[in-house]
Amino acid sequence: MTEPRLTKKFICIECPKGCEITVTLDEGTIVEITGNSCEKGEAYVRAEITNPTRVLTSSVLAEGLEFKMIPVKTNKPISKAKLITAMREIKQLRIHDPVHCGEVIQRDFLGLGVNLIATRACKKVE
Amino acid sequence: MTERDLVIVGGGPAGMAAALCAYKNGVKDVLIIERDQRLGGILNQCIHPGFGLEYFKEILTGPEYAQKVTDEIRSIKQIEVSLRSFVVKLEPHKILTILKPGSLQQVKAKTIIMATGCREKTREMIHVPGTRPAGIFSAGLAQKLINIEGLLPGKEVVIVGSGDIGLIMARRLTLEGAKVKAVVEIQKESRGLIRNVVQCLNDFDIPLYFSHKIARIYGNKRVEKVAVIKVDDHFNPIEDSGFSIDCDTVLVSVGLIPENELIEMAGVAIDKKTNCPVSSELNTTSIKGLFVCGNSYKVYDLADSVSLDSEIAGKQAAEFLGSRL
Repeated sequence: MTEPRLTKKFICIECPKGCEITVTLDEGTIVEITGNSCEKGEAYVRAEITNPTRVLTSSVLAEGLEFKMIPVKTNKPISKAKLITAMREIKQLRIHDPVHCGEVIQRDFLGLGVNLIATRACKKVE
Repeated sequence: MTERDLVIVGGGPAGMAAALCAYKNGVKDVLIIERDQRLGGILNQCIHPGFGLEYFKEILTGPEYAQKVTDEIRSIKQIEVSLRSFVVKLEPHKILTILKPGSLQQVKAKTIIMATGCREKTREMIHVPGTRPAGIFSAGLAQKLINIEGLLPGKEVVIVGSGDIGLIMARRLTLEGAKVKAVVEIQKESRGLIRNVVQCLNDFDIPLYFSHKIARIYGNKRVEKVAVIKVDDHFNPIEDSGFSIDCDTVLVSVGLIPENELIEMAGVAIDKKTNCPVSSELNTTSIKGLFVCGNSYKVYDLADSVSLDSEIAGKQAAEFLGSRL
């Protein structure tokens, strides 16, 4: 007897459209993806099934700079399961030197193969 | 009194896009008046990704989007930026009174673009009964406290309304270690983008109650709990459907109101229901040569759409100036 096929529904978060995408799985293998209107949607649901990932954004405390908080992000998505651990690490960080937008704050952040980067320039207090 | 070709009130995405486009269409004397200490407007506190896909063809956070546009503004010396400057008066013949640190100035403009954005609706506007303790914030204020000031507004949070800012803050608060106990939405569906329900609530198992409202806020010094009740199709409470949630913080995310008090002062016709200017064509008002763009013209879902439509305002202002020569 063959396993009944399983369908899962997802809402794509890649753009504001929010396509509803249906994935058909046969014994855990994706056999059909419908409802996506671009290839990003397909990549999104494939990741959702194997290892859901998200770009993490937060802010890091700055000391002696023009702003108190410097916004940061992971330059690539990280595993959803790592978000809370990553936040704990971000809370420990301090930035003392001026940064430009896109500057790496932590290389290979938590050994996840992504960089934590500043998303705004921040100068010294004038 | 100084005279300027084009004065733009507001240095957020709308004002900056309008300035750049006006410049590209031949306006070489532009003044942007911004009340904050930096350009970028509300984008500065929107540190989450999701901006720019349409306008820049890449996914950016709010500050990155702001930085890109700001860098371009700063590279053009014919666009002057006056920070920490607040327009207190606008007269129909296009005279602006501007309050700056240490001075009050008047500027006569040949044309004006108002890009003043929105403010948030408050608890008072949705008539939530109960006490008035500390711990009640609009969602955007909470966003500013966390992302700009580095302050956590509370530990156990209930969010009223499922507007995008509220959804984004549900995730942000959770990541910062607060417990978001519920989002309570009186409508049958989310007011925010569906992707934000997915990535901000579902990702963190935050319950979203549709067709529910906050019946009362309790607490003396600080919020202690809220009473929640189910409503019918006419938003009337359904008896015996109530329950309460212990919390120390309530965020209100129930929509935005365009800020148009200045143009109203100048005599522009305003739709009292929406607080938008009465307008027959995009960005125009009942006063010729006085344009409104971005969220003060109408409430947009996306910053990208604000930038695109505000570019048109820049072009309209350039054409108006051209026709006067």
